[in-house]
Amino acid sequence: MSPVVKKKGEKFTLPSKYLLFILTLLCMALIVLTFNTNFLSAPLSAAGGFLVTPLQVGISKAGSWLNTRSEELVQIRSLLSENEQLRAQVDELTMENIKLQQDRYELTNLRELYDLDAQYDDYDKVGARIIAKDSGNWFHSFVINKGYQDGLAIDMNVMAGSGLVGRIVDVGPDWSKVMSIIDDNSNTSGMVLSTSDNLIVCGDLELYADGVIRFEKLIDSADRVVEGDKIVTSNVSDKYLPGILIGYISSINVDSNNLTKSGLITPAVDFEHLEEVLVITELKKVPDDSQS
Amino acid sequence: MLYKTKRLLISICLIIICFLLQTTVFQSLNFGGIVPNLMMILTASFGFMRGKRTGLLFGFFCGLLADIFFADVLGLNAMIYMYIGYTNGKFNRIFYPEDIKLPLLLILVSDLSYGLLYYITRFLMRGRFHFVYYFRHIILPEMVYTILITLLLYPLILFVNKRLEASEQRSARKFV
Repeated sequence: MSPVVKKKGEKFTLPSKYLLFILTLLCMALIVLTFNTNFLSAPLSAAGGFLVTPLQVGISKAGSWLNTRSEELVQIRSLLSENEQLRAQVDELTMENIKLQQDRYELTNLRELYDLDAQYDDYDKVGARIIAKDSGNWFHSFVINKGYQDGLAIDMNVMAGSGLVGRIVDVGPDWSKVMSIIDDNSNTSGMVLSTSDNLIVCGDLELYADGVIRFEKLIDSADRVVEGDKIVTSNVSDKYLPGILIGYISSINVDSNNLTKSGLITPAVDFEHLEEVLVITELKKVPDDSQS
Repeated sequence: MLYKTKRLLISICLIIICFLLQTTVFQSLNFGGIVPNLMMILTASFGFMRGKRTGLLFGFFCGLLADIFFADVLGLNAMIYMYIGYTNGKFNRIFYPEDIKLPLLLILVSDLSYGLLYYITRFLMRGRFHFVYYFRHIILPEMVYTILITLLLYPLILFVNKRLEASEQRSARKFV
C-alpha cells in the first residue's frame, strides 16, 4: 500500500521521505536561482531582518558588555606599562605632528595647484555598530545596524579607523551585511602607494590566525616595492573608492613564473576586535554597462 | 490542535534563540575565533528525539536562517542541515532519554559531517585543497567546543521536549 494513502479518520500527513525530497528540490532551485540572479534575496532578507535584527541588537549589546567586563580585569595590568610607553610615544608624535602639519600646508597648496580633490577625509561617512557575526567559522562577514533607511546601499565601502574593512554586499531596511577583505571569498584590487603598481589582495582563511592577508599578481619588474610599503585601494577597482589604506607589506617574494610577485600584507584594521565601523556613503562611479 | 500550535511556537522560539546566541553572545565568547554550532545541536537533538520529519524541518529552517543572513548562495546550508536532521531521525528508534552517550556521539558526528560537507561545497570547489589545515583549525575545534556546549544545552532541550510530550499525552488522553 502506498504510504500517501489516507487512512480513515486519520489526519493526512506527508511521509518524511517525500517531504525530504520536496525540500531538497526546493533547496536546489534556490541555490540555482540565487547563484545566477539576486531577485529573491531582497524580500527574504527583508523578512529575516524584520524578525531577527531588533533582537540581535539587544543581545549583542549584552554580550559585548560581558566581554568588556572580563577583558577589563585582564587588561589593567598591561595598561599600566602601556601607559608609560604611550607617554613616550606622545612626545615623539607631537614632534612628528608639527612636521606633518608643515607638510600638510605644503600639500594643500600643491593640491590647489593641481586642482585635485582631497583624499578620503572628505568622503561622507556614517558610523555603524556590528550586531552579529557569521554563524559558522568559515567566512568572516558580519551584520551592522544600519540599512537603506539610513542611506546605505550595496557596494558601499566600509572602514574602521583609518583602514579598509570591506564592502556592503546585502542591505535591508535597518541592517546590512558586510563582507570583509579578509573573507576567503574576497578579492580586492589594490595598489602600492609609492610606486602605483597594481596588485590583488585576496582573503585567505589559512592566514587568518596569523593576522595577515595575501596579495598576488604584483608586477614590479624594477624591484622598487619593498617590505613596509603602504597598500591602498586602486584607481581601477570598480567597487572600492581609490586611496583607502588596506595595510602594509610584511613579506614579498617572486612567483615561480618570474613575472609577478606575491606575499603577505598586515592589514591596517584589527579585525579581531572590530565593534564599530564607518560606512562611506559614496559609491564609486563606474560606467553603467558593467557587462565586461 | 492547541498543543500543535504550542509545539510550533516553541520550536520557532528555540531556533531563533539558538541562532541569536550563536551570532551574538558566542561571538564574544569565542575560543581562538571558533564559535560552537548551536543550531547543529538543536537540529540533531530534535532529529533523534522526535524522528525524521521533525529533524529535517528543524534542519531546513535553521539552515535557511543562516543562509539568509550570512551566505551568498541561498539554500546550501538549509540542504546540509536538513539531511543531517533527517539522518539523525533514523536513530529515533534506539534513542532513550536516560542515555547520554548516543546523543553526544550523534551530535559529534553531525558537526563533523557538517564541517566536511561545508568544506567540500564551499572550499574544495574553489580549489582550496589544504584539507588538513582546515580540519585542524576549523572543523576539529568547532567539534570540541560544540560538544562542550552540548553538555550544557542538551539537558535543557531534553527538558523542553519532555514537557512538550507530557502535555501532548495529557491532551490526547482527554479526547479518548
